Amino acid sequence: MKPALFELRLYVAGQTPKSLAAFTNLKRICESHLAGEYTIEVIDLIKTPQLAAGDQILAIPTLVRRLPEPIKKIIGDLSNEERVLVGLDILPVKRIPA
Amino acid sequence: MNKNKNQKPANSLALSKTPTGIKGLDEITGGGLPTGRPTLVSGSAGCGKTMLALEFLVRGAMQYDEPGVFMMFEENAADLTANVRSLGFDLDQLVADKKIVLDYVYIERSEIEETGEYDLEGLFIRLGHAIDTIGAKRVVLDTIEVLFGGLPNDAVLRAELRRLFRWLKDRGMTAIVTGEKGDVSVTRYGLEEYVADCVILLDHRVDEQISTRRLRVMKYRGSAHGTNEYPFLIGANGLSVLPITSLQLDHAASTQRLSTGIARLDDMLGGKGVFRGSSILVSGSPGTGKSSLGAQFCESTCRQGERVILFAYEESSAQILRNMRSIGIDLEPYVNKGLLQIHCSRPTLYGLEQHLLMLHDTVLAFQPNVVVIDPISNLTLERDDNEVKPTLMRLIDFLKHQQITTWFTSLTSNEAAPESSQVGISSLMDTWLLLRNVEFNGELNRTLFVLKSRGMAHSNQVREFVMSNKGINLVDVYLGTDRVLSGTARVAQEAMEQAQNELGQQDHERKLRQLASKQATIAAQIAALQAEAEAEAEELNFAILQAQVLATATQQGTETLNQLRGGKASGPSGKLGKKS
Repeated sequence: MKPALFELRLYVAGQTPKSLAAFTNLKRICESHLAGEYTIEVIDLIKTPQLAAGDQILAIPTLVRRLPEPIKKIIGDLSNEERVLVGLDILPVKRIPA
Repeated sequence: MNKNKNQKPANSLALSKTPTGIKGLDEITGGGLPTGRPTLVSGSAGCGKTMLALEFLVRGAMQYDEPGVFMMFEENAADLTANVRSLGFDLDQLVADKKIVLDYVYIERSEIEETGEYDLEGLFIRLGHAIDTIGAKRVVLDTIEVLFGGLPNDAVLRAELRRLFRWLKDRGMTAIVTGEKGDVSVTRYGLEEYVADCVILLDHRVDEQISTRRLRVMKYRGSAHGTNEYPFLIGANGLSVLPITSLQLDHAASTQRLSTGIARLDDMLGGKGVFRGSSILVSGSPGTGKSSLGAQFCESTCRQGERVILFAYEESSAQILRNMRSIGIDLEPYVNKGLLQIHCSRPTLYGLEQHLLMLHDTVLAFQPNVVVIDPISNLTLERDDNEVKPTLMRLIDFLKHQQITTWFTSLTSNEAAPESSQVGISSLMDTWLLLRNVEFNGELNRTLFVLKSRGMAHSNQVREFVMSNKGINLVDVYLGTDRVLSGTARVAQEAMEQAQNELGQQDHERKLRQLASKQATIAAQIAALQAEAEAEAEELNFAILQAQVLATATQQGTETLNQLRGGKASGPSGKLGKKS
């Protein structure tokens, strides 16, 4: 198996509707665009609040692209797929020739 | 007891306050910031918002055992730690001791993409976590307005800020939120909407090239507070708001007396000198001997083993020592013994507030019995009187509270009436000595008199003030029928009087001698007359005796004749006796 190109972290705070929506949206986008090339780590700050400072988390939910560098952050429930792709820098260069 | 019981509930009803530990601020706010509520500190760049907030935390952690969280949005922790180390705050140590948590919130808009709904729960969690790890009671957010630049959605942000402040209140955090001053509103982004309990404004102004920071409590819900603008300083020990002390007239009044060092001056002041803890003003035009009088006071106080600070604004320390030695006042031994501190600085070196703060800190550190300020008028050269007076009033109150005897000298110009002390602080003074140069007869002489001295019988006499290499002395001026004489005129007058006295004495003696000789003459005359009388008496006695002898002889003769003639002896003798 190829090593994951995209190392993603999703910061949430408990099982809020926004958090759940963000996770569902993220999963869907990744599956359709980055199948097999990503890992998602979900961090629940209610359980591990000390992790919030490390990635400078203010807003919830926040998606952090740890790899590839540079680090990118997307805040919100990721409901706008286009903006998520822009944010993650995975649009649509690969797709246009195909 | 009953009174206390009645008061207690009233006190607990009053807003509870958290002391900031910042010099002066607690006095203005009547005890500190509202406990468990956020306070907004607003001001333009560089006016000390962060310093105030940080000192609030550090003092809380060090003095009041209230740990605190400093959440910064502008500087990072390393920068902040380095910046405040110069003020003697060791943040690293406090962080290591779990007294303070520094949390740097970094937000960069270009790195953030926004899609869909979000809230700032992350911020809450971070803050909550920081609070929980050290059991914080105090929180600083410096300055949360940065979020407005960093986050794209204002509406969400405002809603979350409202929630944040409510959340801070619910958790009982005494918080300081700083904000940048806006053009029209208190803060650029209207933070005052959310923080309604206490608003403090900071300001930084430059007047005539002297910059002063000022602080004003704009609002303090549920509490009385000072409403003025108060100057404040960021010094070596952090922030100080002037008044550093409260404006209250409740200091104790000592009945002890302190000698001025000049016996005759003590005599003028009810015989014992000034009251301990009182304030003395010595005013006079240039060259009237104000500084010398002050130095004499220093010397005599030190000689009794008491501690003195001399603040000099005209001469350097070495110069003072040299000059005072020339009039027989040697201060150096006391400096060496550590009884006397001399602080010299130029008044223009910094503003009045800074001077007063330095004075305040020095006095607290040295705990002197006497403070001499020479001259107070120099401190106020570049300021308006209306600003100076309250500041000096506070200084005097502070010193009186500490039971420190304070000796001020004040320079008055030659033209002005000598009674008008330049600073207008004479009403604050307990004792006022006026030195005056009197020009007469081609020379200038120093005179001294007591203009007022509260609480003691004091002399109304003008004394001449003489400085020699043996020190300062006061001599009586010559009060003639038409004028007061001093200097050589006095000396001449005295000489004249002495001559007159001598003459009178001689005249008297002469008269006594005359009397004695007259008495002798009379006695001699009496003796002569007596001798004459005695001589006459003797002559008279002789005549009587002669007559008697004659009579006897005659009778005997007659008897003999009668016998011879044979007649009766008695007959003819009787006839003879009748005849004679």
